[in-house]
Amino acid sequence: MIRDVEHETMPREDLETLQLRRLQAVVERVYHLVPFYRRRLDELGVKPEHIRTLEDVRLLPFTAKQDLRDNYPFGMFAAPMDQIVRIHASSGTTGKSTPVAYTQRDLETWAELMARTLAAGGAHRGDIVHVAYGYGLFTGGLGVHYGAERLGAAVIPVSGGQTRRQIMLIQDFGPTVLCCTPSFALYLAEVAQEMGVDFAKTKLRVGVFGAEPWTEGMRQEIEKRLRLDALDIYGLSEILGPGVASECLEAKAGLHMFEDHFLPEVINPATLERLAPGETGELVITTLSKEAFPLLRYRTRDLTSLDYAPCICGRTIARISRFKGRSDDMLIIRGVNVFPSQIESVLMETPGVAPHYQLIVDREGQLDTLEVQVEVDEGAFSDEVKQLQALAQGIQRKIKDYFTVSVKVKLVEPRSIPRSEGKAKRVIDKRQQ
Amino acid sequence: MKVEQISVFLENKAGRLAEVTRVLGEAGINIRALSLADTTDFGILRLIVDQYDKAREILKDKGFTVGKTEVVAVEVPDRPGGLGLVLQILATAGVNVEYMYAFVQHSGKNAVIIFRFDNLEQAIDLLQKEGIHIYKGEEVYRL
Repeated sequence: MIRDVEHETMPREDLETLQLRRLQAVVERVYHLVPFYRRRLDELGVKPEHIRTLEDVRLLPFTAKQDLRDNYPFGMFAAPMDQIVRIHASSGTTGKSTPVAYTQRDLETWAELMARTLAAGGAHRGDIVHVAYGYGLFTGGLGVHYGAERLGAAVIPVSGGQTRRQIMLIQDFGPTVLCCTPSFALYLAEVAQEMGVDFAKTKLRVGVFGAEPWTEGMRQEIEKRLRLDALDIYGLSEILGPGVASECLEAKAGLHMFEDHFLPEVINPATLERLAPGETGELVITTLSKEAFPLLRYRTRDLTSLDYAPCICGRTIARISRFKGRSDDMLIIRGVNVFPSQIESVLMETPGVAPHYQLIVDREGQLDTLEVQVEVDEGAFSDEVKQLQALAQGIQRKIKDYFTVSVKVKLVEPRSIPRSEGKAKRVIDKRQQ
Repeated sequence: MKVEQISVFLENKAGRLAEVTRVLGEAGINIRALSLADTTDFGILRLIVDQYDKAREILKDKGFTVGKTEVVAVEVPDRPGGLGLVLQILATAGVNVEYMYAFVQHSGKNAVIIFRFDNLEQAIDLLQKEGIHIYKGEEVYRL
């Protein structure tokens, strides 16, 4: 369902007119209110009045995570504290967390965009939304919470953890929409199985999953095990939190970015050159409406591509492809670039290995080693050594064929890889220790 | 004519084998025969127990990956050349032995050997025609 027909199905020309007007306003705002941007723009000789077309976004400086750290804690805020009503902080997936702020109007926008996101997944008034994203500094919990309320749905603010209790609530309260990380969704499936709970007997209809990259194979696994439609959503605290982009139930092919509030670009992370639609690179976002924490050309480190073709759902706003990983998640193994998501896609097409895996990177002498630990479930288990060895070697060969990197596959017992109730820790890099 | 064998996936780390035997012991399950195939990374423990269903359930409950295989328990004369005779019959007919291990207990004067074949039916047929005694499942669990 499309919540905001006007803004989600706008003719591109009208949309770009709106984007330009908002871009001009945001440049004006940061130039006058954020000393960091004033300095950057002055260094580049760019004044707000130089932004005459949408293409002129190229004149603006990039903003990196490090810039936010350098202005810790509140140096990037573009509103005085008496107008700020909420502070969150990045979930700290990498490095030190950075605080972000919201005015009352920012919170309104956020709730509205998150309501659009849930509506894109088919959620509506009358639904019960089980929110298992963490509540707190992390934007996931509260972001989804207010969006669901805005939609008129009933919210169960269960937050993270207490997995068995969550399954009990899913049985007893009958939520129809599940919101959490994809890895936690799989963990729920596993614990439910242990408890003898069948998801087909629950009322869950759709799952809205985000906060970490996941593959198409993982979607199929989740849909099969939880008996629901699994949708990918995207957001990051620096830009807003959840509600930046979302898949639609109709197509499940790419995430619609709410372009009336965000201006996306995709660049080559090495040369910083802008890439054409369809080409994969780093996603860069300029916020178009934020008051307290506007950012110019923020480098998300997330790798994706842009697609401007209208979708079968009727939306005209651009879609970003399912994430290929993060540019800083990239592992360099003996000179070869490897993303955990690539390894995951190989595992997902291998029958009999559980969707839980961990990558152990180490160094033997001068040589990098990559060990892929996968859990053996009953489907793949054999009483014959040669069959299990063939399973491990098969995965090794596929990874070698696809990504030209030699790995060692180690079969481990079920549940021996630590489960996460938030973001999954997929990589242990011992080279840095 | 077939015997149900439990196999358990074990990671190659200290205490895993002990954990399996402890779990079974506490549940009052008696291990009648066992063999362990090991590689550098993992091992496969194969067991014949007196209560197959209960053992399988308990091990699964404890989070082990458990498999079921049908094997054959063959009575082999306990004297020089006894096993050779049985293997010769199989080899002549081209039946491949995947693995085998000996039963702890004797049956009278004879030894009991557990065989895993590719082609179970053919192997049973062949051995029976040659007059070699094959145990029924219930006999083995009670031995």
